[in-house]
Amino acid sequence: MQLCFKLPLLSLAVASTLGFAGLAGAQEITGAGASFPAPLYSKWAAEYNKATGVKVNYQSIGSGGGIKQIDSKTVDFGASDMPQTDEVLKTKGQMQFPTVMGGVVPVINIKGIEPGSMKLTGQVLGDIYLGKIARWNDPAIKALNPTLALPDAAIAQVRRADGSGTTFIFTNYLSKVNAEWKTKVGEGTAVNWPVGAGGKGNEGVAAFVARLPNSLGYVEYSYVKQNKLNYAVMQNSAGSFVKPEDDSFKAAAAGADWSKSFYQILTNQPGKDAWPISGATFILMHLKQDKPANATETLKFFNWAYANGGKSASDLDYVPMPPAVVASIQKAWGEIKDASGKPVAFK
Amino acid sequence: MSSTVVQGDFPSPSNAKTPTRAMSHPPPQKKARSGPMADRIFGWVAKGAAIGTLLLLLAILVTLTMSAWPAISKYGFSFLTSTVWDPVQDEYGGLVMIYGTLATSFIALLIAVPVSFGIALFLTELSPAWLKRPLGTAVELLAAVPSIVYGMWGLLVFGPVLATYVQQPLQAAFDGVPYLGAFVSGPPVGIGILSAGIILAIMVIPFISAVMRDVFEVTPPLLKESAYGLGATTWEVVSKVVLPYTKTGVIGGIMLGLGRAIGETMAVTFVIGNFNQLDSLSLFQAANSITSALANEFAEAGEGLHQAALMYLGLVLFFITFVILSLSKLLLSQLRKAEGTKT
Repeated sequence: MQLCFKLPLLSLAVASTLGFAGLAGAQEITGAGASFPAPLYSKWAAEYNKATGVKVNYQSIGSGGGIKQIDSKTVDFGASDMPQTDEVLKTKGQMQFPTVMGGVVPVINIKGIEPGSMKLTGQVLGDIYLGKIARWNDPAIKALNPTLALPDAAIAQVRRADGSGTTFIFTNYLSKVNAEWKTKVGEGTAVNWPVGAGGKGNEGVAAFVARLPNSLGYVEYSYVKQNKLNYAVMQNSAGSFVKPEDDSFKAAAAGADWSKSFYQILTNQPGKDAWPISGATFILMHLKQDKPANATETLKFFNWAYANGGKSASDLDYVPMPPAVVASIQKAWGEIKDASGKPVAFK
Repeated sequence: MSSTVVQGDFPSPSNAKTPTRAMSHPPPQKKARSGPMADRIFGWVAKGAAIGTLLLLLAILVTLTMSAWPAISKYGFSFLTSTVWDPVQDEYGGLVMIYGTLATSFIALLIAVPVSFGIALFLTELSPAWLKRPLGTAVELLAAVPSIVYGMWGLLVFGPVLATYVQQPLQAAFDGVPYLGAFVSGPPVGIGILSAGIILAIMVIPFISAVMRDVFEVTPPLLKESAYGLGATTWEVVSKVVLPYTKTGVIGGIMLGLGRAIGETMAVTFVIGNFNQLDSLSLFQAANSITSALANEFAEAGEGLHQAALMYLGLVLFFITFVILSLSKLLLSQLRKAEGTKT
């Protein structure tokens, strides 16, 4: 966290000392918010700086912080894992657009069970996190996995302790597929968990699950890959069991209608290949810009990222937006205007 | 005193250069006085520093109260007795965190005070001289380990050990036994109130034992040796001479440790489980503490009641620390009264 605050300061200091060395005319834009896409935004910023000389400072302070910062206009763009509803955006005079997608994956640690061999449904997952299903050899889990040797052991549920967009996507999914979850717990970046131990951050949950026998947790997809965790396959709304991977996240995005509103939560999407616990991360900007030059630079940056940032995104296990969605995002950028009502340029 | 002896025996160069002086010691040269102005400025600076601290404390208290006001005006004192912490429904109560903070600190002291006493006793009374310094330094080094390291160690190493070798055997042994069974119930993951308390104990032991050792060392040897001379055992000397002589310092050391245990954040966050329900008083139940809740939820807490409730928790922590400090002062003054030495 401290590092996150210091790095932009440091780069600012470096930039100002290098000011005479040819960067004097360089633009600088600032953004703040969600920590989930922060590694990618930093990488994009570094590559973009190399390509154009424009500095992008991104401060990873959490989605809530990002919303606060853009509301008070202290940054050029805010970032949030939780999309804002169209009504909220209208009252604030802001717009949002998705940058990349990711998936939330249930991870397990049971001796003798191969990755991807455990099958779960949203109903069962919700009941486990409600505490109604407390042991691995519960009939409901057995019915889904008749061939697996399920241990007669208590399930150690693990979840996020800090407020996070990952939790929002996960609880939003459980609310859609488990009626009791919806009435008892609901959805949000932090909820009133009925059972389970909380780990700090994706890495905290990953560490818990990796070390506690008979545990179950949920983390962002990249943590499953990097930590080689044992994951479960999920039943989607079409009834098929899917693996968490780039293609199933893309299938989830394809099922959403992005043309009318970017307020799309990609959980429990239709499509037989769609991963049911997917989500996008969003950028927030003001529709009426006091500093149109900065808005132009911001849009140029994201325009560049959609065109050239796909490889870095895939390298870091994020899923780029489909081209059709990018086209509607670029169309929506036309609504961002300067004080005189002229749309700001981004090309 | 010693300098005159030395000068008498070995005349110093300055004396040697002035042998004709009638006096063997020149009159001490008066240093220039700093003057009343400098005195006054120094006085102001010192006073300013003291008052500044007081103002800072007041400012923190006022800001905390102001930011917590939405929660205070909505819940009042029922915040302290409610166990609901539900950001989705915007319902908040602080009992879970208050209980977690007090319980973990209590367990920490329960373990740390006897152990620190033993360490201090060994270092001052029993240890061979060659072992004193390395052992004392080793204990002090424990205090320099960053708290996040204790947290990671607790989560990755200590938690699983506690789960496998303590919790699961205990749960198997007490399965079905009323009260005792409930006392050790909970998910078999080795994190919760007990592990947080043990980690905190390890963290405060260096503080308490360092203070105890230092105060034990200032006990006049005359008193101790008189007691030994009368045939007292080591234990009798410590309990009847050293402890009564140093009780102020010992209690001060314990309070220092308690203050650290109550305020510790990172290490606790890792091992307490961050669980906002109070459905059992089991030692192995995941729980939450005030500092841990603040650290975890503040970044993502929305404007409004959630943030105000967190601020209210901060205010409660402020108050708990204040009460503990006052109680220790009260205890000390009672002890002094019983002694009758101070009027």
